[in-house]
Amino acid sequence: MKIFLSNRGNLRNFRGFLNSLDLTNPRKLEISTHDKWITVHPANLVLSAALALQVGKENSKIIGTIPETGLYLDRMGLYDLTCTASPFSYHKKEEAGRFVPIKIIKDASDQSFFISEMIPLLHLSEENTKVVKYIIGELVRNVIEHAYTKDGAVVAAQYYAKTNRVSIGICDTGIGIDQSMQAVWHPKSNIDAIKLALTPGITGTTRKEGGTFENAGAGLFFIKSIAKITRNYFLIYSGSAEYTLLKHPKRLKGFPRLYADPGRDPHRETNDLPKFKGTLVAVDISLDETAEFTELLTSIGKVYDSAIQDRKREKFRKPKFI
Amino acid sequence: MKKNIKLAKTIGDFAENKDAAKILRTEEILPSLKKGYEVILDFKNVNGATQSFIHALISEPIRVFGNIAFEKLLFKNANEDIREIISIVYRYMQESMD
Repeated sequence: MKIFLSNRGNLRNFRGFLNSLDLTNPRKLEISTHDKWITVHPANLVLSAALALQVGKENSKIIGTIPETGLYLDRMGLYDLTCTASPFSYHKKEEAGRFVPIKIIKDASDQSFFISEMIPLLHLSEENTKVVKYIIGELVRNVIEHAYTKDGAVVAAQYYAKTNRVSIGICDTGIGIDQSMQAVWHPKSNIDAIKLALTPGITGTTRKEGGTFENAGAGLFFIKSIAKITRNYFLIYSGSAEYTLLKHPKRLKGFPRLYADPGRDPHRETNDLPKFKGTLVAVDISLDETAEFTELLTSIGKVYDSAIQDRKREKFRKPKFI
Repeated sequence: MKKNIKLAKTIGDFAENKDAAKILRTEEILPSLKKGYEVILDFKNVNGATQSFIHALISEPIRVFGNIAFEKLLFKNANEDIREIISIVYRYMQESMD
């Protein structure tokens, strides 16, 4: 497998990164970079890290000329997952960046530790910390419950002072969304599976409204909605499909309208990417745009309610007009 | 009789651990409701919760005990965010029970 980390590592340009992935030869991983400048989103990092974990440290390398900005790969812990020694030297104690380096979460207690001990490294306000904890809590739990992977969830996050934004990436090399939804919903394609997973009230564990005692099918819808309200990108890549929620334009005032159907949101989708056995979820959160979390939950809850009511009405018996 | 459950003791200041929710649900909440007790879920020192945590905590009691659960489950010291999430779970659970 081959990964190229370019100088355009953000969710707007993520399609280019995904198209450049070479996922053939699943026993070996080579990571190369732009030779002058590297810019990576946590999503680029966690995908690279998840694949490195899958093939093993001894079979993962970072190759070619790595520019000075490649120091960031070292700070985030990518070199530790490969057999390539880092060419960079720095004092770890001097690190004052607001980031959460690559971490592997395998169970609920790892998750609780990560949420209580690692998220504070981003030094966010109490209100913004709550949003980040919420997002990571739901996404990591999805991996623990639904991905069936021994390697766990790979997580990283970065705060960008210039844009006052937090970017989060979470990746696993588990069964993928399509297989997770197949048992109950039989999606026809990988992109259909992703859209089902984003629909409020749809869970891969049952067709019953209200879900099981463990799952209600709300997690991804809530997170996509948080990204939409805070006018940011949200991306899922699983199998050969990618769904990216596009930024809600700033010129449109007021709360962005939320839809139960992910197809109605301004988005980009494809079903033709290199087939990735696993799931990558990435989200950006603009802290300037974060409304009171309660207000945000209220709006999301209203759409969730009406989605369930609409689905119930679809099952009503119809009059027979002759 | 009343059963007081101080959540912060088990789950810390952010409620996201669904395994802990399941233990509380099966070992504390359901048996107490079965005995006819009032169950007070005390969120003191809990700053936030995920929807999936709250779902894992209360959806089974609501589905199994219905109106008894609505009468006997009491939520104490829940902040605005947690109240909103509990309300969302209450609404969709009732929609699904009709």
